[in-house]
Amino acid sequence: MTKPRKQIILGAYLGGVNHQTVWSDPAAGSQIEFASFRHAAQTAERGKFDFFFLAEGLALRERLGQVFDQDVIGRPNALTVLAALAEVTEHLGLIGTVNTTFNEPYELARQLATLDHLSGGRAGWNVVTSSDAFTGQNFRRGGFLAREDRYVRAEEFVAVARRLWDSWAADDIVADQESGQFVRRSDAGSFAFHGQQFDVSGRFTVPRSPQGHPVILQAGVSAEGREFATGGGPDAIFSPYHTLAEAQPFYRDIQERAARHGRPAGSVKVLPGGAFVLGDTEADAIERQREIARAQISGRGAQILLETVWNRDLSGYDPDGPLPEVDPDPDGPPVIQGRARIHQNPAATVAQWRAIADQHKYSLRELAVHVFGHVEFVGTPAQVADRLDAFVQNDGSDGFILGSHLTPTGLDEFVDKVVPLLQERGSLRAEYEGTTLSDILLLP
Amino acid sequence: MTQLHLAVGLDGAGWHPAAWRSSTARPPELFTAAYWKSLVAEAQRGLLDFVTIDDTLTIQSADHFAADERTDQVRGRLDAGLIAARVAPASAYLGIVPTVTTTHTEPFHVATAIATLDYVSDGRAGVQIRTGGLGGEAAQFGRRNLPTLSWERLQEPEVQLAVAERFDEAAEFIEVLRRLWDSWDDDAEIRDAATGRFIDRDRLHHIDFVGREFSVRGPSITPRPPQGQPLVTALGHGTVPYRLAARQADVLFVTPADAAGARDILAEARSLAEEAGRAGELQVFADLVVFLDSHQDELDELAGTDSYTEARILAGPVEELADHIEELHQLGYAGVRLRPAVLPADLTAITDRLVPELQRRGLFRTGYDEPTLRGRLGLTRPAGRYAHLSNGSAR
Repeated sequence: MTKPRKQIILGAYLGGVNHQTVWSDPAAGSQIEFASFRHAAQTAERGKFDFFFLAEGLALRERLGQVFDQDVIGRPNALTVLAALAEVTEHLGLIGTVNTTFNEPYELARQLATLDHLSGGRAGWNVVTSSDAFTGQNFRRGGFLAREDRYVRAEEFVAVARRLWDSWAADDIVADQESGQFVRRSDAGSFAFHGQQFDVSGRFTVPRSPQGHPVILQAGVSAEGREFATGGGPDAIFSPYHTLAEAQPFYRDIQERAARHGRPAGSVKVLPGGAFVLGDTEADAIERQREIARAQISGRGAQILLETVWNRDLSGYDPDGPLPEVDPDPDGPPVIQGRARIHQNPAATVAQWRAIADQHKYSLRELAVHVFGHVEFVGTPAQVADRLDAFVQNDGSDGFILGSHLTPTGLDEFVDKVVPLLQERGSLRAEYEGTTLSDILLLP
Repeated sequence: MTQLHLAVGLDGAGWHPAAWRSSTARPPELFTAAYWKSLVAEAQRGLLDFVTIDDTLTIQSADHFAADERTDQVRGRLDAGLIAARVAPASAYLGIVPTVTTTHTEPFHVATAIATLDYVSDGRAGVQIRTGGLGGEAAQFGRRNLPTLSWERLQEPEVQLAVAERFDEAAEFIEVLRRLWDSWDDDAEIRDAATGRFIDRDRLHHIDFVGREFSVRGPSITPRPPQGQPLVTALGHGTVPYRLAARQADVLFVTPADAAGARDILAEARSLAEEAGRAGELQVFADLVVFLDSHQDELDELAGTDSYTEARILAGPVEELADHIEELHQLGYAGVRLRPAVLPADLTAITDRLVPELQRRGLFRTGYDEPTLRGRLGLTRPAGRYAHLSNGSAR
């Protein structure tokens, strides 16, 4: 018996506030005007994508106490934009990233349930955590959360949110004009939660939304992150892996953990992020990708990207010269702030990069392009469709969250050229079925 | 005389507690986008200045200070800020002003949310500031202990102090909103390929606000919104809120009971604005609950009460209402905010009958012109407060 073909889940990501978004391209549009979001979301819907995805900003990144000026910065409030996008889309899921550290469950659960009502059941929440005092400077409680408590708070936060969403039953609104009964019971919305991070009680104001619980996404590859992912019950988890060799064990691990927690098969989707570059021939695509990478990473940009690991001011080093000979300074005062640390062991990372640079005779900038300009899917539309499909059918993931270097039209060519190929082979829907995001994602 | 402004306050099925039982009401739709879109479309058809969308963080209750156990009135509401964003792309010209509670929320999030509402509405956003602390709200957040309020305890010094502190916090909150909206100069984004700079960082500013309840460093993550400063409004029933508005709001809603009260309140608000160095900068609107289509007696009987609002109730023919509005306008009110007793019926009556009557009298516009909310209210687009600090930087 052959395995049934999996449907590829596709998410569209817009609004890179980082080096990946090329602003110097003449076709680059606004990262803040609503028209950009509308175009990208409508394009995703035209391509029968599952959802549109927005990241979150809580503090502008700074370098040595000054705001980054080399990358695109400035973004909207994610949930506000998603509510507006509900007007100009019909089927597309609307997923926003919102931090559990600098929000409170009562308010956020209310907003997410509202978004679910106002979009007819298309709301989703990407749960993230942080604990840095730098970001905390914009919020009431400052940097209050110890790093080791991040997952405790996140897990409890989600538990409180779920309790709030369950505080109204689907049939609590009676609204019988004849008898004069509006709610079925006098305590609709009552809730209480007594935990380590939250001790809350009262009445929730939002009646049960179409999905009951908005779809929940979560990232995190550490062991505690994975436990949270399955025990706390998200519907999808981000994967950082793009090769089958790495991705398949992760995929299996998530499925096994979910099963151990008694969740039915297919209830936790695994979704890596990914970028693509298309060309008429493979050689065209590779050449185009090189050009894009050079536009993404200027000489100055390369110095700053390396500073995220060196944690030293590297502005004195020639981008076209060799890598800095000094060692990283992980214990020094932070050079870059407001950006998640992506490399846990700077010394090892630097050693690895030196080896790559030696081998290829890379300059500082060329090394940065090699490391940070990597694009997962480069090729002709047919090649990209093949690779995406093979990755999913071989259980590397259930789909992808795709971004582009170009705002807001970067997705257009993917929808025009790759989507029809995926549809032809039966790996992507030709029409939407069902109305809610849970329906679209085929969640059990 | 200045142009008369007409706003409409939207809340659930209308302002009467039995509104949802009116034969014209649509109670099953209260939590749908279609319902709110239809209300906004109706207000826009009437050429109104703006709508406000009411909100509280507590469940509705007949008892002002605590949740009740009634099942015969509307219970449940959606987040007003997101309703506003949801209806914004489906409308034009009409200002959209959701209510935000300042006691438990983060000014940083509210600043970006209202700035974003301004982007998705092309410059039609405002916010109505409301202090919280009622009906077990603090327990829902679980972070602060605030004294429990009740009518009996309202005059106690401890309670009075707590109320005053909530308004001080609201003042800080508005200050932070305004600073964050100004924290990017209008021309901060330069996209200068020659120097590899997307922004001129000298045109972004830390706001470094340090207050009693919170400190906010800034700058905002959201560039300066289209209006520069979205409209800030507040409702007040006494000197403490009047003072808050006089210091920091663009619009104050008040609830005079009669002509004498209307005169006194306006005089007080103006003198407070003058004291705050903002003479002429505060526009005062009178709130009126209106029955134009629905029947007050029937609804009062259904509700078992006629006491549900601090705003004056007008149930006469449309000419009487127009007379009253004209009188308030002559007193110096910038306009009125009409609270329809029943939605959508009394709102439809406003656009169908009241607006033509006011137009006949030459009091009200016959078409929209200004696309932004500030512009319609005759407010200029202010320069960013920090923009002068950027002068002399390499431009």
